[in-house]
Amino acid sequence: MNSPFQEFWQGFKANRGAFIALLVFAALVLAAVFAPWLAPYDPIQQHRAHLLAPPVWMDGGSWQFVFGTDELGRDLLSRLLHGGRASLGLGLAAVVLSLVPGVLLGLLAAFYARSLGPVVMRVMDILLALPSLLLAICVITVLGPGLVNTVLAIAIGALPGFVRLTRAAALTELPKEYVTASRVAGAGTLRLMLVTVLPNCMAPLIVNASLGFSSAILAAAGLGFLGLGVQAPLPEWGTMLSSARDYIQRASWVVTLPGLTILTAVLSINLMGDGLRDALDPKLKRVH
Amino acid sequence: MALLQIDNLRVRFGAFPAVDGVDLHVNAGEVLGIVGESGSGKSVSMMGLMGLIGAPGVVTADRCEFLGHELLKLSERERRRVVGRDVAMVFQDALTALNPSYTVGFQIEEVLKLHLGLKGRAARERAVALLEQVEIPDAARRLQAYPHELSGGMNQRVMIAMAIACGPKLLIADEPTTALDVTIQAQIVDLLLRLQREQGMALIMITHDLALVAGLAQRVAVMYAGQVVETGPVPALFDAPQHPYTQALLAALPEHNQGARRLQALPGIVPGAHDRPAGCLLSPRCPKVQPRCHAERPALVQGVRCFFPS
Repeated sequence: MNSPFQEFWQGFKANRGAFIALLVFAALVLAAVFAPWLAPYDPIQQHRAHLLAPPVWMDGGSWQFVFGTDELGRDLLSRLLHGGRASLGLGLAAVVLSLVPGVLLGLLAAFYARSLGPVVMRVMDILLALPSLLLAICVITVLGPGLVNTVLAIAIGALPGFVRLTRAAALTELPKEYVTASRVAGAGTLRLMLVTVLPNCMAPLIVNASLGFSSAILAAAGLGFLGLGVQAPLPEWGTMLSSARDYIQRASWVVTLPGLTILTAVLSINLMGDGLRDALDPKLKRVH
Repeated sequence: MALLQIDNLRVRFGAFPAVDGVDLHVNAGEVLGIVGESGSGKSVSMMGLMGLIGAPGVVTADRCEFLGHELLKLSERERRRVVGRDVAMVFQDALTALNPSYTVGFQIEEVLKLHLGLKGRAARERAVALLEQVEIPDAARRLQAYPHELSGGMNQRVMIAMAIACGPKLLIADEPTTALDVTIQAQIVDLLLRLQREQGMALIMITHDLALVAGLAQRVAVMYAGQVVETGPVPALFDAPQHPYTQALLAALPEHNQGARRLQALPGIVPGAHDRPAGCLLSPRCPKVQPRCHAERPALVQGVRCFFPS
């Protein structure tokens, strides 16, 4: 007898793209976690003798700065490694901060479909009516730029998706007989919500959370590029991209490397999310 | 005194009366069959009784007593305590009636923990004993199984094990065999009857299978369009049905139609929200209809709701 997790893992492993993406993503996470030990230099230390030094594989590059240096002589490799902590941490925090309240609001909206539900859903519709970047800019204008406020801005933008998904999934589960059976057996509303119904709504939520993670990183990079996200000198991929854009013709690597890093992270997370969806969605499950 | 006494139970959805004045009683240790076609209010009346009808449905009754508790007046919390322990339900489709996210063992132990306070080893042993009681082979191993890994019949057995876990005084079985094939149906019915006898609990069997009711119930109530049209002890009611609807139901059985090319059927369908007749609810379909039937609604007199019983 297979547990659901084993079954899921079998399905996930069969998808080669998703599996490789998982490995790449794991490498990125490990690199970010161990950045202080892996990075050859302090990410904000300026090497004044080596401004815009090219990476090792280009003419004039040296092993001293493997990925070259930026306009202030800071080692790019160290900044990318440390930037991963900010970018990935920010993405994770934004997902958690939109997932948890989103799931609770969605469950409330489904269980109190006549009283609380319409109110919650109309507020979510209002949030959805604004483009997410605009919404994030509004929030940051009110709260001020910075790491924590960036997370909040992105989380608020991602909230309606989770609320709507949870509500829709819960509404399809609610009329099923096991919920009625649970009521007959004496389960209270809180128990029905969190123990009976929620686990059966998890599949779409897990997929959305993984995809939301990548869009949060992208949104953070976008805000950083606009100068509204993480502030210098703290390394963050989007901020690095933004400060380097003046040198795009003279020193392509200061733009290309952060850009490629963002691409790799977002692509691997998206592929992983696709794999998760294929493995978790029974309608797409192949017959073994 | 009856275990469950219902007087004038009504459930309405907007202007539509899904259950229209049902009177029923069940004595301790008795098997009551409720029969009727789809939409006759069999399930809805039981759901109303258990407090499972949410808005926009409205449930009212003159009396709805179980073990001296007025069910409709209990607070949510009290009802959970009384109903969860002493009344249990078995549903039609066991696969959807079990939570797909948890193992069978977890779900049984949850009930034991909630109502009997059993934990850990004690709960586990009791769960194994329950599964053995409902004749599931290799019970200890089955506790680890998820509902989708078991067959329909097995799931229904698990459902029954959960229902009898707390030793209920009343078990409501809502078409427990409809989703199963015929051989499994017989096994499940035998199982329900054996458990009912062993535990001395009352059983309400909701079904549209007349043969099933004839074989196991002591009393039967025939429902039509939200009303009880005839009620009585089992052999008598089937031997000499007095209400035209009961007669028509029995006449439609294949056993009564041997040699005929077509089964005898009652023309028409159960009245819906917009075509409820002013008089007797059966009057548009009744073969013995008289002018009075179109004008007035008959009351349930001596177990028959008809002006001209035969």
